[in-house]
Amino acid sequence: MTETNNQPDPRLAAFEDKVANDQRIEPKDWMPDAFRKNVLRQMSQHAHSEVIGMQPEGNWITRAPTLYRKVVLLAKIQDEGGHGLYLYSAAETLGTSREDMVQALHDGKAKYASIFNYPSLTWADIGMIGWLVDGAAIVNQVSLQRTSYGPYSRAMIRICKEESFHQRQGYEATMKLAQGSAEQKAMAQDSLNRWWWPSLMMFGPHDSESAHSGQSMKWKLKRESNDVLRQRFVDQTVPQAELIGLKIPDPELKWNEERGSYDFGEIDWDEFIQVISGNGPCNRQRLQHHIRAKKEGQWVRDAMHAYELKRQARDAA
Amino acid sequence: MNQQNLPLFEVFIRSNRGLDHRHVGSLHAEDPAQAMDYARDVYLRRSEGVSIWVVRSSDITASQESDVESFLDPMDDKPYRHATHYKLPKEVDNM
Repeated sequence: MTETNNQPDPRLAAFEDKVANDQRIEPKDWMPDAFRKNVLRQMSQHAHSEVIGMQPEGNWITRAPTLYRKVVLLAKIQDEGGHGLYLYSAAETLGTSREDMVQALHDGKAKYASIFNYPSLTWADIGMIGWLVDGAAIVNQVSLQRTSYGPYSRAMIRICKEESFHQRQGYEATMKLAQGSAEQKAMAQDSLNRWWWPSLMMFGPHDSESAHSGQSMKWKLKRESNDVLRQRFVDQTVPQAELIGLKIPDPELKWNEERGSYDFGEIDWDEFIQVISGNGPCNRQRLQHHIRAKKEGQWVRDAMHAYELKRQARDAA
Repeated sequence: MNQQNLPLFEVFIRSNRGLDHRHVGSLHAEDPAQAMDYARDVYLRRSEGVSIWVVRSSDITASQESDVESFLDPMDDKPYRHATHYKLPKEVDNM
């Protein structure tokens, strides 16, 4: 871009025109560097979240209460790995590599959803993650199906199709506990108490405080604001909790007739900042596990590569 | 030159921004650039799309219909992968 002659860049005008007309931006289109950076940050963060999110659930595979719950959990975690792949691939259309994105994660330069820095302490947490965490993710992802970057939008459409199973199995598992013995119900309630607020934090800071929101909304990378999405999640989730006799841990939660929405209490933003700054209960563990898994899997990639070289040599002979 | 000796290319068209490229057919050409010109002339005479991909047919690895059972089958016995498998009370069934 040449700023020297003060001529407006015609490519920028064409780009802004496409965004204004709800056209998707496609990989080979010209786009401002800041847009490229912004969409890449958002997609890499989203991809890392899918993959890191496999850890709290993976914690319960060997301890699932029945074989049925175990195969369901395995199928769900397998989906999350696939979602990570869709998103890394979509991000790679911007000219970066998955290797670079993973390196940025390991170097602490790239983030992932703060929620996965909380531990999954009981079996009830597995149901709660599906119901609340995937539920919150769906609210966000449905909105992102209309994001302005084409490959991101298409990845979201694919992911949303698969995500509904995740939330439903989570709610169903929670419902079974809530309808079970007094101990099981107490376990479900304890889990809700621990996951409710972190789930609300998933939508990010208030609109007035959000560092990237304004620009992302202007470019239609984000289609709805953090607070709007958070409210939608609260409004849909409260009746779901009531139906199975669980109590949302918020004394200020109250139906507001005038707004046609629930009023709810303030998030503990100090906790949010602590967790996104690396000081949540499991931040180090999550990252170290990812680094270790990559290292321990290296021999498999090496073996596959050696086999491929051998095959090529044999074919050439 | 005998046209049958020209390599075959598969043609994919993106009908509109935001949509996936879809396979529309194939054609013979000397090289990718020529295939691109032909694809434009043959498949895009009526604004059918905004973007074209051409790829040598020989570069496509395809699954075999006869392998379906062993290669694609394992989904049928896993109904729990589908959202409809989970029975929820009607008040929350739109989840």
